[in-house]
Amino acid sequence: MANALKSITLRRLAIAAVLVVGAGYALAFFAAPEDADQGFIQKIFYLHVPLATVALCGWIVAAIHAIRHLRTGDPKHDARSYVSIHISVIFGLAVLLTGAIWAKGSWGVWWEWKEPTLVSFLIVFLLYATYYPLRYAIEDRDRQARYASVFAITAGAFVPLNFLAVRLAQPLIHPRTFSSTGGLPDSMLWPFLVCLVGMGLLWATLVWFELDSKAASANLKRIRRALEATA
Amino acid sequence: MIPVLAIENSDRYVGGAYLVFLLLLLIYVAIMAAKLARIQRELGSLAELSERRGGRGSGHDVGQIHDREQAIETVRGATHREEAAR
Repeated sequence: MANALKSITLRRLAIAAVLVVGAGYALAFFAAPEDADQGFIQKIFYLHVPLATVALCGWIVAAIHAIRHLRTGDPKHDARSYVSIHISVIFGLAVLLTGAIWAKGSWGVWWEWKEPTLVSFLIVFLLYATYYPLRYAIEDRDRQARYASVFAITAGAFVPLNFLAVRLAQPLIHPRTFSSTGGLPDSMLWPFLVCLVGMGLLWATLVWFELDSKAASANLKRIRRALEATA
Repeated sequence: MIPVLAIENSDRYVGGAYLVFLLLLLIYVAIMAAKLARIQRELGSLAELSERRGGRGSGHDVGQIHDREQAIETVRGATHREEAAR
């Protein structure tokens, strides 16, 4: 398992993400049947729901890295936590935008304040949007990393609680993808799962790409400092 | 008041949703491309700086720089400790 993980490179991950995302949306558009109630507009769900699921999982991953950072003090865990939050916020923005478009097409309005699923996701998204000003308001790098980790853990704990609260709440009109009273049929479930895996791979690729970019910038700064010190 | 279902022009909305996601991805890629260009510029200026000092910018030189940097950090750490002790 460890050897298999070591053999994964950014290039391979990116290729896998492109292939799985491509296959997922090909299945969603050409193999999955049209929804009897919603018709063609239901195809948005193959984008919107995987994005939301991956964004929420990404915030939990960020909390796990933040715990590891507080336990070890290793800055690489802080960097991973920061980048996980960053990519999940981008995915979260896409969730809100695609959800609004679906709502407009399906319900006739861009937003419905009485729907707990929408409002709770907006609250979580806005919570993570405050991560950036909090982080960059602190100049000392060690304190910045520690406070950001505490924030990531607190907000990360809020994500599953929020998810549970929404599941327990009486749903108004937002559909449930998985429910005990019958979710997606198999012909829609498999394309959806492929899209979900593809979106997860895309998230991991973007996180890795940004971490590599940050590492390259940091190494350049170190080299510049060393060159200037020996001048 | 919950709005009634109003499914119409669904092609337009589906296209719009996928385009929005694609656009967000493109914006992200453009920002990362700008960062990469900045890293390349920085690398170029460091290579020039290194060449001006007689080095050729090889991997061996980078190794030497790393060793020098570690030595400098050690000296700095010792100085800080001395100052703190005072």
